[in-house]
Amino acid sequence: MMQIDARGMYYRDLNKMIKEAAWAGETEFILDNVNGQRYIGTGVDRKVNITINGVPGNDLAAFANGPVITVNANAQDAIGNTMNDGLVVVHGLAGDVLGYAMRGGRIYIKDDVGYRVGIHMKEYRRQVPVIIAGGRAGDFFGEYMAGGIMMLLGLNRKPGQPLAGDYLGTGMHGGVIYLRGEVAAYRLGKEVAVFALDDGDEKTLQKYLGEFCDCFGLDYNQVREEKFCKLVPVSHRPYGRLYAG
Amino acid sequence: MSSLIPAEFFVRVDHQRCRRCKRCVMNCGFGALSFQDRVVADHKKCVACHRCATFCPEGAITIEKNPLAYKESGHWLPEYRKNIMKQAETGGMLLTGMGNDRPYFSYFDHMVLDACQVTNPSIDPLREPMELRTYLGSKPSALEFEEAPDGVRLKTQLAPQVKLDTPMVFGAMSYGSISLNAHRALARAAKEMGILMNTGEGGLHKDLYPFSDRIIVQVASGRFGVNQEYLNHGAVVEIKIGQGAKPGIGGHLPGEKVSQEVSETRMIPLGTDALSPAPHHDIYSIEDLAQLIYALKEATNWTRPVSVKIAAVHNVAAIASGIARAGADIIYIDGFRGGTGAAPTIIRDHVGIPIEMALAAVDDRLRKEGIRNRVSLICAGGIRHAGDMAKAIALGADAVAIGTAALIAMGCHVCQKCHTGNCSWGIATQRPELVRRLDPELAAEHLCNLIRAWSLELKEILGALGVNAVESLRGSRERLRGVGLSRVDLDILGIKPAGR
Repeated sequence: MMQIDARGMYYRDLNKMIKEAAWAGETEFILDNVNGQRYIGTGVDRKVNITINGVPGNDLAAFANGPVITVNANAQDAIGNTMNDGLVVVHGLAGDVLGYAMRGGRIYIKDDVGYRVGIHMKEYRRQVPVIIAGGRAGDFFGEYMAGGIMMLLGLNRKPGQPLAGDYLGTGMHGGVIYLRGEVAAYRLGKEVAVFALDDGDEKTLQKYLGEFCDCFGLDYNQVREEKFCKLVPVSHRPYGRLYAG
Repeated sequence: MSSLIPAEFFVRVDHQRCRRCKRCVMNCGFGALSFQDRVVADHKKCVACHRCATFCPEGAITIEKNPLAYKESGHWLPEYRKNIMKQAETGGMLLTGMGNDRPYFSYFDHMVLDACQVTNPSIDPLREPMELRTYLGSKPSALEFEEAPDGVRLKTQLAPQVKLDTPMVFGAMSYGSISLNAHRALARAAKEMGILMNTGEGGLHKDLYPFSDRIIVQVASGRFGVNQEYLNHGAVVEIKIGQGAKPGIGGHLPGEKVSQEVSETRMIPLGTDALSPAPHHDIYSIEDLAQLIYALKEATNWTRPVSVKIAAVHNVAAIASGIARAGADIIYIDGFRGGTGAAPTIIRDHVGIPIEMALAAVDDRLRKEGIRNRVSLICAGGIRHAGDMAKAIALGADAVAIGTAALIAMGCHVCQKCHTGNCSWGIATQRPELVRRLDPELAAEHLCNLIRAWSLELKEILGALGVNAVESLRGSRERLRGVGLSRVDLDILGIKPAGR
């Protein structure tokens, strides 16, 4: 195990230290006093565990390919940018543009998330990315989504508060978004429609939402007490008839 | 209702000479020719790609412009009338391929190069060494040295550099917009000639991994095919912000072109549309751009130069300054003549500015701010010959990128139908029977010949200028003169008029 006191450390030095040790075979990292250092876990393609005590900076786990990262605080923007594989668990809230063009791995955020979360998420063969946010989301949740699974739970939602912002699933042409509770129709992108869950969806929820609940000590059945629905694109070719040829 | 739009071209078959071998019928990618006792042409389908005429063993086919298509008008040009009719029939945006073909003023054609006479001897490049080698990457403002046991050692840590044997790279063309065989040819030629090819935004096919040290890998808004392995297989990582043919516009590879191999390379499901949003949604500012530049540097352990590709637009000088300050090592500027595999015609033909102006403005701005050394400049967008290349270098480019010229070397006849995916020459298509026509080895040989020929010509130009290295021409605007340019034009280009 490698424990690093990151107080005042330049991000390049911190990340170099982690990568060099990981490449040399170290698999357990504990980073204390992290305070805004960017790019932690970026480009890490090993199955290592990184525990972050403090708030990591932007682009946590960008281009990551395998690390398991636990953040015991809030996190910032662009977590899992173009992530290929791995798991990020944030015991708090997180910022904008999470999981941009993410192709694999899972991002679990305990509380709220910002704007444009899951934008351009895609899946390929056995790689199916997953983002679950326990709180509420800003505008453009799942924008341009081309594949993968997103869930928005609103566990902290107070009466009258919306689950998500506007333009939910705008431009979506693949994948599925599960919502706990309802969203006003005017908030939905015009490329999506609401459907009831089927047996396949139940399995998906059990697998990933079950894992999410385990991460944060939640009771799965209790979370499921409120009704879930799903958003899927009405067309896989939303932009098929734009051109004269 | 069938279209009432008149044919743009006529396919004339000389039936006296035709020996009915049907080769033309097989060769037409657009289905314009059929055989009904003799070769019959559906003129409306002809795009003048000249595949049939080129391969007719009897030379029996000629393609003619339809002379009586439209009554003459200086304002309502046939092109506009045809487009209106097409849009009235379909209600859609017009799509096109390749670069802006409108007769805009060419600044390249109104600049001339200097040469030595009497007082300053020219150099014969055939007998004397002539250096074309160019290094792409950020250069330090000063060099520091230190004493070492074995002599003096460079103390300054240099940013990563990539060597070009001649100041050219192939323009960014994705696998998807062009065929795998075309990509293979570009990669081989880049390796052979010591230059670089550019993946465009469609990922890198595994067959090209052996050419890694000669490849620019692009990261665009759709992030197709981008993962750690992809980044590791590039000599340069490039963030694509814009493209000269369609500044501010995203990309859209229709599902029909997402074949098995394209799907594997882009890492998206078979037959789905590949949408590249117009902006990177994580980049709304120079600070955001810096974040992605440094994310890519981190992801590649600071071993690769990071390039940022932008289209030449009004504010290009200020934008380039921001990009240099955001930490980019290379700025790739694509002028409004730059090509595309598919773009809305209205954007291609009316958005962006000429590369000559953009390049002069950027080089000037970076010099005035004292940061020109921080970035290498690659310029592109309609470089047609070694003369354009030499003029671009004199205006401040470190290297030029050639896309259309490279396609022509591979067989392209500039019919501008890349977006249809029917390219009869096997270049801008994914149809297996068409892709097979392009022999990657032969195409690579032609590309190598072109690079060699332009390099020889550049050496001749340098020799005439009396310099023995391309570095001596870079940004040397004193060696350019304008012919027929206005004062403002000369001022922006930073050159004198001929005679001064």
